[in-house]
Amino acid sequence: MADKILEVKNLKKYFKTPKGMLHAVDGVNFSIERGKTLGVVGESGCGKSTTGRVVLRLLEATDGDIIFEGKNIRMFDKRQLRQLRREMQIIFQDPFASLNPRMTVSEIIAEPLIIHGLTKNKKELDKRVSELMEIVGLADRLVNAYPHELDGGRRQRIGIARTLSLNPKFIVCDEPVSALDVSIQAQVLNLMQDLQEELGLTYMFITHDLSVVKHFSDEIAVMYLGQLVEKAPASELFKNPVHPYTKALLSAIPVPSLKNKKERIILKGEITSPINPEPGCRFAKRCPHADKCTNANSQPVLENIGNEHYVACHMVNKLM
Amino acid sequence: MTSNVAKGTMTVEKKKNKKRSQWAEVWRRLKKNKMAMLGLAILTILVLTAIFADFIADYDNVVIKQDLVNKLQGPSAEHPFGTDEFGRDIFARMIHGARVSLRVGILAVGISIIIGGTLGAIAGYYGGKLDNVIMRVMDIFLAIPSILLAIAIVSALGPSLMNLMIAIGISSVPSYARIVRSSVLSIRDQEFIEAAKAIGANDLRIILKHIIPNALAPVIVQGTLGVAGAILSTAGLSFIGLGIQPPAPEWGAMLATGRPYLRYAWHVTTFPGLAIMITILALNLVGDGLRDALDPRLKQ
Repeated sequence: MADKILEVKNLKKYFKTPKGMLHAVDGVNFSIERGKTLGVVGESGCGKSTTGRVVLRLLEATDGDIIFEGKNIRMFDKRQLRQLRREMQIIFQDPFASLNPRMTVSEIIAEPLIIHGLTKNKKELDKRVSELMEIVGLADRLVNAYPHELDGGRRQRIGIARTLSLNPKFIVCDEPVSALDVSIQAQVLNLMQDLQEELGLTYMFITHDLSVVKHFSDEIAVMYLGQLVEKAPASELFKNPVHPYTKALLSAIPVPSLKNKKERIILKGEITSPINPEPGCRFAKRCPHADKCTNANSQPVLENIGNEHYVACHMVNKLM
Repeated sequence: MTSNVAKGTMTVEKKKNKKRSQWAEVWRRLKKNKMAMLGLAILTILVLTAIFADFIADYDNVVIKQDLVNKLQGPSAEHPFGTDEFGRDIFARMIHGARVSLRVGILAVGISIIIGGTLGAIAGYYGGKLDNVIMRVMDIFLAIPSILLAIAIVSALGPSLMNLMIAIGISSVPSYARIVRSSVLSIRDQEFIEAAKAIGANDLRIILKHIIPNALAPVIVQGTLGVAGAILSTAGLSFIGLGIQPPAPEWGAMLATGRPYLRYAWHVTTFPGLAIMITILALNLVGDGLRDALDPRLKQ
């Protein structure tokens, strides 16, 4: 049995809206091995960011269990939660919004250390801050700079330094590079990969950028409307996608070749509303095989089809 | 070598300097703002005059002693700002009036910022039912004309300088609560607040360190204007006998009592009016400068 750092069971998060219950995350199961990366992909609004926040308890789950290092953190009280913050952290999507514009770089990085009382005196604090800045590759002269004076890549490095300051074991990366230029994306991703190796971090990497996730993840989970539709080791998923949604998603990756034009699968129809969704297969309305599917009215569950490859589709046997 | 290069190296050097405290940084930026420094100079002079008023003009013999023979005289060498309807020297009265007016103006606004700001921050941050309860109470307060509210409070507490400040302060609490609430609402949902939660900051820290500094700008502007309003409200209350009791001097009261003589003794209203205007101007200049100095994004 592998060493699972995080296990999520039947996680649900509903939001109350004037029109009814919005099922942002609806019965998600997954686990992450220590030191590995789980990529979570899906289109906008499919609940991937919400999943990340619920796992960290930045949002309270409606139902389900979140087991981190053997303990169900949904039962944690305020004090335990504060301790938990040192173990689980998050890197945010938008480095322009996630840093307080009134605080200097050093103040931002020092804040978690001060809150958790991790350094004894000012000298030690300053030392730790410059250490962290060096780790993420921020020049020492930027200590007194304000976030608005820096570019996106540097800001994201500040965010990463703040995250690392507590020595977390598990980090939710909520689209950490999607707000950055392509050239800077690579830098930040490399940095994150190096940090993972050095510090043995476990990542839950949320993104809509499939080419990023391919290089970065050990395992990939595909989300559609609050549910996992397919989960497999990264190479397996790219080689052998089974769920029609995953196929469509993968066909959207641009290929830098003129000869080898891939056939693009275009999904028809609108994404179903996540507010009070009808029971049954959520993908049925856009599924190209829906006419052949006999039981679209019941909800498909994730089934192992071998090679640690899980698919939630009624047609799984015909599509393989 | 161009000046640009020199400037570049200078900023690098500045940043290399070891961490400066936040307030030193704010003061450094404020010093660069000439208008703010002018305002600060005026305010300092006003405050110093108020503190040392007794050395400039004797209270019993000059400020409140009537000299009806010389009433309503225009400015002269003996009375630089002229005399009022009881023959008292307006200059001396203004100096002593500064004590009351400045104190009432600044403290009343201070009271309303502290109470209104706290209520607004709580309402905006926690939202939901608490927000509704606080803001509906504020709406009730807003529905009562603030001067009437102040009158009610002073008559309940009895006329005294302290009660006057409390009354004026409380009557403008709702507007500060509204302003603070709205800026807190716009800041609350930003990602850096979530980031602060993620690193384990408690609510108090988030409000004090992350929300208030970002919500301060409109409060400073409203506050500097509010001082003017407070001084004039004092005048209004003095006028109906609930504020500063005559013969004690106070700018607003002087302005109000000089009004009947406006056509033939302009100086009685003009000089206290100018004093109020200059105070407000100075406060506005300092307030604007402070707002900019507190915002690191505006650093050139």
